[in-house]
Amino acid sequence: MAVKPKQEIKYLTAVKTEKRQKKYCRFKKMGIKYVDYKDAEFLKKFLNDQGKMLPRRITGNSLKFQRKVAQAIKKARQMALLPYVTDLLK
Amino acid sequence: MNYELMVIFTPVLSEDEFKAAQKKFADLIKDNGGEVTHENPWGLRSLAYPIRKKTTGMYVVLEYSAPSDLNEKLKIQLNRDENVLRHMITALDKYAVTYNNRKRNGVNAESKTTED
Repeated sequence: MAVKPKQEIKYLTAVKTEKRQKKYCRFKKMGIKYVDYKDAEFLKKFLNDQGKMLPRRITGNSLKFQRKVAQAIKKARQMALLPYVTDLLK
Repeated sequence: MNYELMVIFTPVLSEDEFKAAQKKFADLIKDNGGEVTHENPWGLRSLAYPIRKKTTGMYVVLEYSAPSDLNEKLKIQLNRDENVLRHMITALDKYAVTYNNRKRNGVNAESKTTED
């Protein structure tokens, strides 16, 4: 009895080979130690269009700095630098 | 300890009244053994949401170092003042102080907002 040669697996579409770029904490990378609540434009990077905070899995922040960003955003909201709820922020 | 006080005054104040209101709180800090390190009147700014049916406010940011019992006195005065829409006192850590210093002196001021 002849042994069948091992068949290579064939795909209909090309397999994605490029790897997604690894996320990094921009604060650690840039050496930023303090998150300023007065800088509303900067904090907007961590908000979606409705003015909600983006989760860590999207921003890539480390836990330490996500906490600081969250505190800064909440302060900015209190002082009416950022809205609590909105549509079409940015 | 180093602190930072941000106050929003009503927009109905005239220029002189605004200056007087700033001076009032700066003097209050000085009289109670504090030291104002920096005063930054932002002036008229639009609010992100209306406060007391006003859509704009006069912002002032004061940086000062003071004994910890001063803040309570300051808060009482801020709450009493009719012209104050909102106020916030933030305790600054050492990184915050250096950040503020750098921003003020313009050295590497952009380091925070520029990236990539």
